Amino acid sequence: MADRERDAVSGTETTGHEWDGVKELDTPLPRWWLYIFYACILAAIIYWVLMPAWPIGNGYTKGVLGFSDRNNVAADVSNLRSARAPMYERLAAASTAEIAADPALQEFARAAGESVFGDYCRTCHGAGGAGAPGYPVLADDVWIWGGSLADIEHTLRVGIRSGHPEARNSMMPAFGRDGLLTPQQIGDVTEHVISISAARTRLDPNSAAATRGAIIYQEQCAACHGPSGAGDRTLGAPSLNDDLWLYGGSRTEIRRQIELGRGGVMPAWESRFDAGTLRALAYYVHEMGGGEPDAAPVPATTETIAPEPAQNGQATAPLN
Amino acid sequence: MAADARGHQDRIDAWAIGAILVAGIYCSLWGAANATDSAFAIQMWTALAAFLVGAVLLTGFIGRGGTGNQSTRYENGVVKAGVVASMFWGIAGFLVGVVIAAQLAFPNIFYFEEWGWTNFGRLRPLHTSAVIFAFGGNVLIATSFYVVQRTCRARLAGGLWPWFVFWGYQLFIVMAGTGYLLGITEGREYAEPPWYTDIWLTLVWVAYLLVFLGTIWKRQEKHIYVANWFYLAFIVTVAMLHIVNNMAVPVSFSGWFSYSLFSGVQDALTQWWYGHNAVGFFLTAGFLGIMYYFIPKQADRPVYSYRLSIIHFWALIFLYIWAGPHHLHYTALPQWAQTLGATFSIMLWMPSWGGMINGLMTLSGAWDKLRTDPVLRMLVVSVAFYGMSTFEGPVMSIRAVNSLSHYTDWTIGHVHSGALGWVGFVSFGALYCLVPWLWKRKRLYSNALVEWHFWLSTIGIVLYITSMWVAGIMQGLMWRAYNEFGFLEYAFVETVEAMHPYYIIRALGGTLFLLGAIIMAYNLWRTATSKEPAHTRASDVPAAAVAAE
Repeated sequence: MADRERDAVSGTETTGHEWDGVKELDTPLPRWWLYIFYACILAAIIYWVLMPAWPIGNGYTKGVLGFSDRNNVAADVSNLRSARAPMYERLAAASTAEIAADPALQEFARAAGESVFGDYCRTCHGAGGAGAPGYPVLADDVWIWGGSLADIEHTLRVGIRSGHPEARNSMMPAFGRDGLLTPQQIGDVTEHVISISAARTRLDPNSAAATRGAIIYQEQCAACHGPSGAGDRTLGAPSLNDDLWLYGGSRTEIRRQIELGRGGVMPAWESRFDAGTLRALAYYVHEMGGGEPDAAPVPATTETIAPEPAQNGQATAPLN
Repeated sequence: MAADARGHQDRIDAWAIGAILVAGIYCSLWGAANATDSAFAIQMWTALAAFLVGAVLLTGFIGRGGTGNQSTRYENGVVKAGVVASMFWGIAGFLVGVVIAAQLAFPNIFYFEEWGWTNFGRLRPLHTSAVIFAFGGNVLIATSFYVVQRTCRARLAGGLWPWFVFWGYQLFIVMAGTGYLLGITEGREYAEPPWYTDIWLTLVWVAYLLVFLGTIWKRQEKHIYVANWFYLAFIVTVAMLHIVNNMAVPVSFSGWFSYSLFSGVQDALTQWWYGHNAVGFFLTAGFLGIMYYFIPKQADRPVYSYRLSIIHFWALIFLYIWAGPHHLHYTALPQWAQTLGATFSIMLWMPSWGGMINGLMTLSGAWDKLRTDPVLRMLVVSVAFYGMSTFEGPVMSIRAVNSLSHYTDWTIGHVHSGALGWVGFVSFGALYCLVPWLWKRKRLYSNALVEWHFWLSTIGIVLYITSMWVAGIMQGLMWRAYNEFGFLEYAFVETVEAMHPYYIIRALGGTLFLLGAIIMAYNLWRTATSKEPAHTRASDVPAAAVAAE
């Protein structure tokens, strides 16, 4: 190959080809490149021997380590379930007083509740139950449907306007949209509502309008919200005497709620979670800051609110 | 005699392309008239308009007397059109990328409820298809048409057909892109266009293959240059991937919806066999073809090792095709298939690096040019990014690593170090070379603007990939953090909150990259429209012209 051209810079021969001025050197393969390539091939072959690798007929080579993702996952899940089962069972059977007397149970309930809350509730109710417009604050002591452990657990179980047969349902009429009241009347009711609420100090209601609105209020609103606006938890009617507003506390926002009568939907969780998880979640929400003491002893969960099996399978504890 | 034969060939080309256009007009008109949904109707009217414009152009071409005998000249027109189209789609695609990066960083601000077509779900495939297929595809078609002519010393085969390929491909892009905005998708990543757009692309792609093969067939060089091997591997394999992955049964010929021929995990594996080899053969093999011509040309040095190019070429195309299952680690895909996907990815490391070595070592004896020639620097940095992302890829394909990286933004960062750094920069370098060559200018309008482009884009890429590394690894670690009871430490929304600052950095990086491309478009525009006298090069005439003298 003495006739082949030699590159002046590298001293390497070219292949003697040229395309549009481009030539190629005949440099041998870099040794380090070749050896790493061989090493990678060797590593692959070793891995094939150890692990499931090649399809053969109706099966595959299992590998000498007998490693199986599917079996490992099934074992991990089953170990986790059985490790948690005693605590969940104790929790599901415990009364509020029993939980209060058992620090280990509290710690477990808080951990389980926080984890489940984070993945299923926090998106709407916010971190720490801080709430958002249309999604009630859970960290304060204002409850629409009741704030005892049993009340919270019941709400979790059946949901709100969820379509569950026992769902907590309330429906405020859309007084404006459906033409039940004139815009003038809605303005008057708005002033009255402000005048009976703690917002009166900052919003300065028009007293003439509020007086007119009081009559309409007694006819249209008092049945649920009460004559003085104290609200009624059995009906899910919020108190109007405080200065906390689900859909916003400005004059415009209060008026807008009277016009539209909005109500949100919360899913019924009993087909998703088992009794222990529901109790943990209720405990976690109860502990957020505004939990109320029991009005009556909490019924034993396993007897009275044992979850119905969901249509599409058994309710289970989420693994998170 | 030769002119007669040429005229005869022109008439056959015109009749064949005319027949395709008439069939297209008939089908799209039928589709528009019988459309079962309004999105399909809009698509059919769009196609009809395009076919009618095509028919008018074809009639004009015949009226002007066809191509005539031009065997003594290269077909540069279609390459120029490809350069313009690349730059246009590039900026469009980068812009959509910046918009969706902003949507991810500030979902409340960049969410427009009334304009459903601006939803992230529709803009995301618009971005990926625009940058991969519209920008990357046009760069590949333009450079392959340029390179195959020079390295074969023969005019492009097929007379009018290269133009059919070019305009047919643009129609594919428009049909796919407008379809996404209308909400039309097959839901297959990087293969979202519906069945009729897939059929059209198949037709265009077969024409592309035949033009390319025909040119190689009539070459005036004994050997086929390595760049052409890579281009050919790219064209052939993409045809195969596209056809298999898009096999589907339309619910009706007068609607866009179709069902995949495959189901369940087999469908997923087919999709990722396609998806990973779209990376392997579209974004790697094709762009290696670019590298193998433009780096030695611009550096004016011989290719480092012919032997390495042979070995790494065959190793690359043999190994790449197996790597798809690594996209489905820890899923319903059987573990043995995951093993094969991971091990073939590991074995792919050195074959990928063969291209990097050949690209970088070609510079030996010309390293000083990196200081003075920003275009060459861009090409070389692209190879460095190629080396980096083809190392990162095999690492991420290891199942233990993948259990951390999968579904996180690390993957997004990995893709973009390849897409922005490798594909983007090698394309920019090639376009910066091509514009002075094609428009016969002595040099680019401004090397200083190339420097600006280089540094803005490089900083943009570094911001992009580092922020996504941090965000992705953090996200993966947060997802797997457990407390002592085995409960998750973090809620999903906490991981989303934690990524917010990195999403802002990513959007900033993307903006810099877009800015660089806009500077580039201005520079190329000024180069092409310069008033300088024409500057001819030795590579401007094919063998036939030399023989004719």
